[in-house]
Amino acid sequence: MWKNVFTPNKDIAKPLYTGAGIATFILLLLFWSILSYGGFVNPLFLPAPDKIVKSAVTMFQSGEIWTDIGISFSRVALGFILAAVIGVPLGMLMGSLRVMQGAFEPIIGFIRYMPASAFIPLLILWIGLGEGEKMAVIFLGTFFQLTLMVMDVTKNIQNELIEVSYTLGAKSFQLFKRVILPASLPGIVDTLRITFGWAWTYLVVAELVGASDGLGFMIMQASRFLKPDKIIVGILIIGVLGLIMDLIFKAIYRASFSWMRKEGS
Amino acid sequence: MTTTPKLVIDNVGKVFSTKSGQVVALDRTSFSVEEGEFVTILGPSGCGKSTILRVVAGLEEPSSGHVYLDGKEIKGPGPDRGMVFQSYTLYPWLSVKDNITFGLDLKGVPKKQQDEIAFHYLDLIGLKGFDKHYPIQLSGGMKQRVAIARALANDPQILLMDEPFGALDAQTRTIMQEILLKVWEESKKTILFITHDVEESIFLGDSIYVMTARPGRLKKNIKVPLPRPRDYQNKHSEDFLALKLELLDLIREESLKAVNP
Ligand SMILES: Nc1ncnc2c1ncn2[C@@H]1O[C@H](COP(=O)(O)OP(=O)(O)O)[C@@H](O)[C@H]1O
Ligand SMILES: [Mg+2]
Repeated sequence: MWKNVFTPNKDIAKPLYTGAGIATFILLLLFWSILSYGGFVNPLFLPAPDKIVKSAVTMFQSGEIWTDIGISFSRVALGFILAAVIGVPLGMLMGSLRVMQGAFEPIIGFIRYMPASAFIPLLILWIGLGEGEKMAVIFLGTFFQLTLMVMDVTKNIQNELIEVSYTLGAKSFQLFKRVILPASLPGIVDTLRITFGWAWTYLVVAELVGASDGLGFMIMQASRFLKPDKIIVGILIIGVLGLIMDLIFKAIYRASFSWMRKEGS
Repeated sequence: MTTTPKLVIDNVGKVFSTKSGQVVALDRTSFSVEEGEFVTILGPSGCGKSTILRVVAGLEEPSSGHVYLDGKEIKGPGPDRGMVFQSYTLYPWLSVKDNITFGLDLKGVPKKQQDEIAFHYLDLIGLKGFDKHYPIQLSGGMKQRVAIARALANDPQILLMDEPFGALDAQTRTIMQEILLKVWEESKKTILFITHDVEESIFLGDSIYVMTARPGRLKKNIKVPLPRPRDYQNKHSEDFLALKLELLDLIREESLKAVNP
C-alpha cells in the first residue's frame, strides 16, 4: 500500500492517490474552520463554512441564483462558441497552409498579449453595454489562444501521415477532410476543453461593468453590500460549473476517440 | 522493338539548401527497374536512399534529372506509386479494413468491391479476423503488413518501400520478409525496396544496387543468383553467404567513409 510513495515517477496504489486528493480538501477545510471558529478572522471578511452553506441553500431556494447562472452560462457559451467557430477552422488552416500561418501568426501572436479586460472601454464605445459587449470580452479572452493552440495541434500531425495520403491518391480537399481533420480532432477537443475553462475566468471581468444580472454582477453586488458569504458562493458556483464542463469535455473525448485506447471500443 | 523498363531513373540528383549551406544528398544517379522486378537498394545510413525513393514517389523534386514510370515523367505524388514508410503511418482513427480501403474509397470504388479487395489482402498478409481492429491494438509487424496491404489494395504500378522493417526486431523482420515475398509472388508487383541490412537486400532482391556514402552514388549492381521462390533456408546456401561477404565488404568500406570522411 505505502510502496513507492516517495519514489519519483513510480505509480502508487489507486486508493492512496485518491486519498491524497481528498486529504488536501479536508486539510483546507480544517484550516478554514480553525480560522473561523477559533475566532482568528473577522467573519465580515471570511465567514465560517456553515454560514456559506446556509447562504448557498437560501440562494438556491429563493431561485434568483438560477437566473444568474443561466444568463452567465449563455454569455460564456455564446462568446466561446463564436471564438471556436472562427478559431478552429482558422487554426487548422494556419497549421496546414504556410501562407495562412505567415499571414496570421504574427498578428495573433501580438494581440494575444493584450489583456482582454483592457479592451472593455473600447468595446463599450463601439458596441455599447449590451450582451454584445459581454460576449466580445469572452471572445477576446479565448479566441487568440485557441487559434494558436489549434494551429499547433494541426502542425504536429506526423508528416508521413500526410505524405502517405498523397501516395494513396488524396487531393488537397480530401486531405483536409479525411486526414488533417480526423488527425487533429482529439487535440482540438482538448484545446476546446482548456480554453472553455479560461472563458469562465473572463466572465466576472465581462460582467464587471454595465451588467444588471449574471454571476459576476451578483458577486459585485455582494461586495457592495458587504456579503462575503455570497461572494464565496458565487466563486464556488463558477468553479463548479467550470469543473462540470471540463468533465463533460473529457467524457466527449473518451467517447469519440476510443481508437486511442488499447482496449478499443 | 525492345521493351522499355517499368521505371527509369535518369540522371537524378538532389541538393538540399539548408541554413548551414548546400547538402548534396544524391549525386546524379541513373538506373532502371523492369516490370515485375524486385530491386533492393543497399547503402549506409545518410547516403541518400530515402531521397531516391521520395523523388520516385513524387514527394521530393529532383534538383536535376527525370524519373519516368511506364514512359511518363513523374511530376508529383500519385496513387500509381504506393509507398510504405519505416515509421508507422496507419490512420489511427480507422479500423484495419478502412485503412486498407482508404485509397479505394478516395477513388469512389463501390463498397462491395472495396470489401472484397480488403478481405483478399487481409488473408494474404495473414491478418484474417483483424479487420475491425484499430492500429493501436496491433504489433509493429502487423501494422507494417497492413500498410503493405493498404498500398497494394490501390493496385499501384510500383511499390516503394523505405526500410519498412527497420523498426522491427530481428525475428519479426525475418518473418515479415517471407510474408513480403509471398505477397510479391502473388501480386506480381514491381518493387523498389530500400534497406541498410545486407541479408535483407539479398534475400528479397532480384537485383541489388549498392550505394556509396554521401553524396550517394550507385557503386555496384549485383544480380542475386538465388532461385525463386525463396524461404529462410536460402539464407544458409553457399551463394547467399558468398554474396553476403562481398556486400559486407562493400558496405563496410562506405560506412567507414561515412564515419571518417
Ligand atoms: N529535407 C532535407 N533537408 C536537408 N537535408 C536533407 C533533407 N533530407 C535529407 N537530407 C540529407 O540528405 C542526406 C541523405 O538523406 P536520406 O536520403 O534520408 O538518407 P538515407 O535514407 O540513406 O539514410 C542526409 O545527409 C540527410 O541529412
Ligand atoms: Mg532513410
